[in-house]
Amino acid sequence: MKATEENNIIVNETLSENEPSSFSLVSALGIAGLLSGIILVGTFLYTNPLIQNNKEAAIQRAIYKVLPNCDSYIPLIMVENKLLEKVENANGKEESDKSELLIYAGYNANKELIGFAVPGSEPGFQDIIETMFGYDDMKRMIIGFEVLQSKETPGLGDKIFKDADFQTNFLELAIEPEIVPVKKGAKTKPNEVEAITGATISSKAIARLLNKTISIWKDPIDEFIRSNNLRISKNIN
Amino acid sequence: MENQNPNAEEFLKGLWKENPVFVAVLGMCPALAVSNTAINSLAMGLATSFVLLCSSILVASLKSIIPKQVRITTYIIIIATFVTVVDFALAAFSPAIHKELGAFIALIVVNCLILGRQEAFASKHSVGLSILDALGMGIGFTFAMLCIGIPREILGSGSIFNISLFGSNFEPWVVMILPPGGFFMLGFLLLGFNWFTKKKKARINYG
Repeated sequence: MKATEENNIIVNETLSENEPSSFSLVSALGIAGLLSGIILVGTFLYTNPLIQNNKEAAIQRAIYKVLPNCDSYIPLIMVENKLLEKVENANGKEESDKSELLIYAGYNANKELIGFAVPGSEPGFQDIIETMFGYDDMKRMIIGFEVLQSKETPGLGDKIFKDADFQTNFLELAIEPEIVPVKKGAKTKPNEVEAITGATISSKAIARLLNKTISIWKDPIDEFIRSNNLRISKNIN
Repeated sequence: MENQNPNAEEFLKGLWKENPVFVAVLGMCPALAVSNTAINSLAMGLATSFVLLCSSILVASLKSIIPKQVRITTYIIIIATFVTVVDFALAAFSPAIHKELGAFIALIVVNCLILGRQEAFASKHSVGLSILDALGMGIGFTFAMLCIGIPREILGSGSIFNISLFGSNFEPWVVMILPPGGFFMLGFLLLGFNWFTKKKKARINYG
């Protein structure tokens, strides 16, 4: 009832008023756009450095989590199946090419190479799961695992990063011959991952992700270590 | 409530009598989608309130120069501006919540509650009254979000604001934090709200 009255008022007003000139219409929208632009540019200039910092901090946190005892790291990019140290551009800005393949070599306090933090992604149950895991080249093992982004079902699939039992799978997980998901409690070999009950698809996606990413990086990492005469320190623990 | 001064009335109506979620049933997309935890509900409620408040102030102060023919376009520009501000601010100061709410922050733009208040209220009233209206509606919306979010988190995760309530023996009702849980909770709340309102009306009629 009330809505109809309001509508009538609007119709009457529109009919009784003269058509405003195109100029006033354009200038009204122009003023709104200008105001909006000023507010947005101001906010962007203020928040953008903070947002970039947050992103870098998130990557840093993930690296330190998946590589225990890591003290410093350098980014490495893959060029024609070889790993090269990533150099910053002449103008000091980081390259923003998202398609480049990037991993991080982690060093301990004595500047000895202790492993690699490898980002990897794979479609899960809902959307792409983005992760970072630690890879120890000497032991041929995965030594840490962190989910960076996932939209897995709350309460079920999200256990891939909320369930402590599942996380312990990745503290010492052999990558050879390949990582195999098994039922919970059925783990007998070092290369097996105990899946989460109720989240089989997400668990299998993680196993698939690890196998796929390792197969991309295993040989370049070996080559990198051979050619640079690097040896992973043995006293990790 | 009828005897209070009109200014207070503009503020209070959003809290209960014209509550955007329980009475007007507006803003259902965030009310169902991101009310799975108390903290998400609170963040979405506050973000929406901020956008509503800023948009109302700007619309009420510019109403004389906005021609009727382009008013909706202008409102959307204004609302979208403040939504983007909220988006940037959350990403900068609270990346965890920004990640949780995801696309639903950008979707505040199309929340009927906000455009509705501009069209129905801010474009016809003074800046002061519009602020009171926006505050009332914003708090009403946040209150409603919490009414849905807190029970969903308690039942679905056994916690409140991420603080565990029942220890490890509690088997959470996973359905409550999944989308159906949102519909269940909203259904129950609307049922309760209408039952309460009807009872109150009946009491006034007979008493």
